Amino acid sequence: MLRFIFWRLIQAIPVIFVVITATFFLVRSAPGGPFDSEKAVLPEVKRALEAQYKLDLPLHEQYFAYLSDLSNGDLGPSFKYPGRSVNEILGSGLPVTAELGLYALSFALLIGVLAGVFAALKPNTRQDYIPMGLAMIGICMPSFLLGPLLVLVFGIYLDWLPIAGWGDLPGDKILPSITLGSAYAAYIARLSRAGMLEILSQDYIRTARAKGLPEWRVVTQHALRGGLIPVIAFLGPAFAGLLAGSFVVETIFQIPGLGRFYVQAAFNRDYTMILGTTVFLSTLIVFFNLISDVIAAWLNPRLRAQFKGAA
Amino acid sequence: MRFFRSFVTVSSLALLLTACGSGESNVVSGNREGLLHYGNGAEPQGLDPHVVTGVPENHLIRALFEGLAVKNPKTLEPEPGVAERWDISDDGTVYTFYINPNAKWSNGEPITASDYVWSWNRALHPDTGSLYAYMLYPIANSEAYSKREITDFSEVGVKALDDLTLEVTLNAPTPYFLQLMDHYSSFAVHPETLMKHGKMTDRFTPWTRVGNIVSNGAFTLEEWSLNRRIIMKKSEHYWDRDNVELNGVVFYPTENVVSEERMFRAEQLHYTQVVPLDKIPGYRESGNPSYVQAPYLGTYYYLVNTDRPPVDNVLVRRALSLALDRDQLTRTVLQDTAIPAFSITPPDTLGYNPPKLFDHDPEKARQLLAEAGYPNGEGWPGLEIIYNTQEAHRKIAVAVQQMWKSELNIDVTIANQEWKVYLDSVSQRNFQVARRGWIGDYVDANNFLDLFITDGGNNNTGYANEIYDDIILNRAPKAKTRDERYSLFYEAETMLMQEMPIIPIYTYTSKHLVHPSVEGIYPNLMDSLNLKYVKLHPERRLNGEAN
Repeated sequence: MLRFIFWRLIQAIPVIFVVITATFFLVRSAPGGPFDSEKAVLPEVKRALEAQYKLDLPLHEQYFAYLSDLSNGDLGPSFKYPGRSVNEILGSGLPVTAELGLYALSFALLIGVLAGVFAALKPNTRQDYIPMGLAMIGICMPSFLLGPLLVLVFGIYLDWLPIAGWGDLPGDKILPSITLGSAYAAYIARLSRAGMLEILSQDYIRTARAKGLPEWRVVTQHALRGGLIPVIAFLGPAFAGLLAGSFVVETIFQIPGLGRFYVQAAFNRDYTMILGTTVFLSTLIVFFNLISDVIAAWLNPRLRAQFKGAA
Repeated sequence: MRFFRSFVTVSSLALLLTACGSGESNVVSGNREGLLHYGNGAEPQGLDPHVVTGVPENHLIRALFEGLAVKNPKTLEPEPGVAERWDISDDGTVYTFYINPNAKWSNGEPITASDYVWSWNRALHPDTGSLYAYMLYPIANSEAYSKREITDFSEVGVKALDDLTLEVTLNAPTPYFLQLMDHYSSFAVHPETLMKHGKMTDRFTPWTRVGNIVSNGAFTLEEWSLNRRIIMKKSEHYWDRDNVELNGVVFYPTENVVSEERMFRAEQLHYTQVVPLDKIPGYRESGNPSYVQAPYLGTYYYLVNTDRPPVDNVLVRRALSLALDRDQLTRTVLQDTAIPAFSITPPDTLGYNPPKLFDHDPEKARQLLAEAGYPNGEGWPGLEIIYNTQEAHRKIAVAVQQMWKSELNIDVTIANQEWKVYLDSVSQRNFQVARRGWIGDYVDANNFLDLFITDGGNNNTGYANEIYDDIILNRAPKAKTRDERYSLFYEAETMLMQEMPIIPIYTYTSKHLVHPSVEGIYPNLMDSLNLKYVKLHPERRLNGEAN
């Protein structure tokens, strides 16, 4: 197992390196620069700015300078926000996005697993069709539609919950978490239904039922562990996806997270910010994929045996 | 399955904990505490007056700092700021500012004339790279200093005669010079604070952070949470603090205009930066007094590349302009939120009214197009309009395309480009027709007309006319009277609109939602707000509701 983890970490290094290099040169080749603005920039001002950000150096020197700063953990100064470093901006946005992602994932798991298990117990009946139909709608409904709908109903008409902000007013974290989590809830519902269906048809479940165990004990003690493996495997990429994909929800609800900076950086040609967020998020994605593989292996004896055989 | 059960418990708890009903709204608590909740449009780049540019930055910096003279929020006339009075020499080129002895920095130190000399040195210094350095170019020798042609700042026309007297010598009488004193690029910064965190010309130091910043305005910085909010408190050392009604202001980076409007309806904001276009008819029909619209010092127009056929022909340019029904465009597409424009300077710019040489005239347009060699659109080589990706620009481009098709029978394509790509296309003049907007930095026709001097950085059309240049650069600045100056502007602008390197479309308006409890926000041409005059009346409710 340790060897497996070690190998995966070694493999991650070239992946991240390629991401850095490709991003670095791709953003530089995009038309327009960080200092272009609607009002013409005087040439002498532009020269001064480029000198302050070392953009006057040849591109390959800038690249190596960036790599050397990066190896010290320094992601450079932001172009768009003078006086702030990319490290500082990531540091301020990450906890918020992570918190939002965690709530969204908790919501998704709670609703998704319940609905999936419930549906799998009586497949092809109304008890199956209704939650699965809702799940299908949940997958299809984009967050830029669901968010404003929830806001209209719970924020404006019913006036139960605040409609924007993060930690400013009581309850303002609920709507964004539900909005972000619902698509994942729907996906998890389908995954857990499929997983449970497979397990529930296994011989050991039949044995458990034959022993006369009540159905809820069959489900909770025997079926869930195996049935939820596809869900666990999905959690790593899901959390990484929540972190990288929270832009829409952050914008709708005015949440000071990472996603807004990430997308705006590209529009602003904020070179260091684009690179910083890309490097950071790709590292996270690699890391979470690894974790979910490890957990899935630990839960599933068959997979565990495979790793042993392979190693 | 302990894992599963504990997971369910934890996550339900987490959701429940955050789920307490929404209590008091920001507006209700704000009215009680004297705290204004202000939608500010976007997260500011920063708060350094000599480094940043932009509208949200302007609002924040003008709350934290104050210029030598400020604008009256109703009339926009200059009134005392840091300077309690000023003298202007008879020839209009020497301004002497007398600094208010009570004007203090937020650390209690007095503001001195030498603070201004130091700050303007910083603002103009080539190493600082201030994008707005040119705002100070009316000062003698400042442009040469900023372009490194001279290196001794004492040659620049600004002197501290004593601690409280600042003498400024200009190149030419500049009637709008006092207005520039209310622009943040001319604001003084506290030299010792900046030097504590770096060199004078450094752009990146943390001097503007909470706890570090020393400012001189009606408010001081209390909290700055990135992309979340900025909180300011009433300053203890501001010279006019007795007239400041608010105890503080909370600025929100309300980038999403739709969310901003919803926040207003839910009373999370007192004031919004904009109003989404599709919400405006609703506010108007219901007669909701929260919706405030006013003419704004800005023009929306199409740039024409005068070197590219077919628009290199002035007849074609005029035909295109005459074929546009601006009234219909502003009424339908823009929902009456804009004013048709027939020239570059907005109407009534401090008493100046631009020429109106043409109107919607499809007959004449067809005739001009035929004279240009394209009778009824025959032989038309095609034309492309580019605009930066945004729904509002697309709608206008589609309407224009339609009008040109139906009136002139010519095919026009429209293409959107991502913002920086579009900026690149415009500055490289890689377009035939491009969407453009210009918002005035100060209320004077000069700010619009000097865009089109030969090879000007914002000209972008290839328009070059020596007589025009001479009027704008030499004759108008030397004009003895306002009437003489305005008639010169009129002459130049007439020339410009005969040549039509631009096709004017509309004059902007400012649009805000203002909570009834807010007093002291006056609509004006600059959309300029002085927070020190704002007052809250808790008894006034939204829609007259008594909740």
